[in-house]
Amino acid sequence: MSELADDSTARRAPWGWVGLGLAVWVAAYASLLPFADGVIALLGLSRQTHLGEAIHFFVYDTPKVLLLLTGVVFVMGVIHTFVTPERTRSLLAGRRLGLGNVMAASLGVVTPFCSCSAVPLFIGFLSAGVPLGVTFSFLIAAPMINEIALALLFGLFGWQVAALYLGLGLAVAIVAGLIIGRLGMEHHLEDWVRQMQSSQSAHYEAARLGWAERIDAGVAHVKEIVGRVWRWVLLGIAVGALIHGYVPQDLLAAIMGKDAPWWSLPAAVILGVPMYSNAAGIIPVVEALLGKGAALGTVLAFMMSVIALSLPEMIILRKVLKLPLIAAFAGIVATGILGVGIVFNAVL
Amino acid sequence: MKHIKILGTGCANCQNTCQLVAEVAQAKGVEIELEKVEDLQQIMGYGVMSTPGVVIDGKVVHAGGVPARGKVEGWFA
Repeated sequence: MSELADDSTARRAPWGWVGLGLAVWVAAYASLLPFADGVIALLGLSRQTHLGEAIHFFVYDTPKVLLLLTGVVFVMGVIHTFVTPERTRSLLAGRRLGLGNVMAASLGVVTPFCSCSAVPLFIGFLSAGVPLGVTFSFLIAAPMINEIALALLFGLFGWQVAALYLGLGLAVAIVAGLIIGRLGMEHHLEDWVRQMQSSQSAHYEAARLGWAERIDAGVAHVKEIVGRVWRWVLLGIAVGALIHGYVPQDLLAAIMGKDAPWWSLPAAVILGVPMYSNAAGIIPVVEALLGKGAALGTVLAFMMSVIALSLPEMIILRKVLKLPLIAAFAGIVATGILGVGIVFNAVL
Repeated sequence: MKHIKILGTGCANCQNTCQLVAEVAQAKGVEIELEKVEDLQQIMGYGVMSTPGVVIDGKVVHAGGVPARGKVEGWFA
C-alpha cells in the first residue's frame, strides 16, 4: 500500500520541511472562511440565495476537507513506518482473548493494510499463534476504521462524529472478535490452513529507517491516497452543496429519519453488505443521505456495513474459512453494526 | 539471468510492482525472468504476510507494498 521510502529520495532537512508544511497548513486552514466569503463577494452573490449558499458551501468545504485529508494521511503515512504487519503480528502472538482483542482492533487502525493482503495476513497471524478471535478483531477493524473515513467524517460532520465512528467501530471489532473467539470455531478453518504449521516469517533485510525516510513515507502516502480520492471528495462535496442549497430537508426523513419505521435500520445494514466501496466512495452518499434528513445512526451503520462487510471479501475469505465460520463472521459483525445504529439513533 | 517472482493475489499494487520491476530491469539492461505467483498457499510458503512481495532467486527481498524505485534499482545494481 504505502510506498516505502528510499534514502535516494530523502530530503536533506526533513524537520525544516515539516515545519514549513505545518505553517502553510495552519495558515491555509485559518483562511478558509475568509476565502469562501471572499469568493462569494467577488461573484456578487449573497449567502441568502440558493446559489450563493451552494457555492459558499463548495468553496469552503472542498479546501477544508482536502487539507484535513492531507494532514491525517501524512501522519498515518509516518505512523505506518513504525507499525509493519510483522511487528503487529509479534505483538499479538499468544495473546489471550480480551486484552488481545482490544490490542488487535487498535493496531488494526494504524497498521498499513491493503484489502488484497487480508487473506495472507489472516493465515500469517494464525500460524504465528494469534488466536482466531483476536485475528478477527484485527481483520474487522483494519478496513473499517481507516484514515480516509476518519478525515472525511471529521471534515464534513465535525470531530464528534469522527470520534463516535472510531469508538463504535473499535467496539464492533472487539466484541465481534471476542464472540468469534468464544465460539471456538477453529475447526471451521480450511484444512490446508490448519496444517500450515507455524510458517516462519520471511527474513528480508528491512532497511533501517531514519526520520527523513519516515517523513518521505508520509509524503508518499499523501501522494498516493489524496491523489486517488480527491475526485470522490470533490464529487461528494458538489452533491452536498447542491443538497445544501436546494433540496428540502424532509425528502428522505420519512424513510431514514428519526421517526422512520423500525425496519429502516436493518434494511440499511443489509443493503450495505453486497455493496462494496471504500470510504472515499461512500462518503458522498453519506453526505447526501444526511442532507436529506436521514438519521445519523442509520447512515453510519450503512457506511460501516458497506466498508466492513463485502461480498468480494467473503469470496476471498472462503479460500481459508468454511461456510459456518464466514456466516458467523458476517452475522456477528452485521449484528454489531445494527447495535451501533440503534444506540446512535436512541442517543442523538 | 535473475529469476524474479512477484507474490500477490492480483490487486493493483501487485500489477504496479510487476511493471516497476520489469521497467527498471530493462532500463538497467539486466535480463530477468518475471513470474507472478498468485496462489495463496505458495505465497504463504514464502512466509510473506503482506503483499505484494518480491522474491529474487528464491530469496524474499521485499514485502508489504509497492517498493520504491530506488530500492528496485538496488536489486539490479
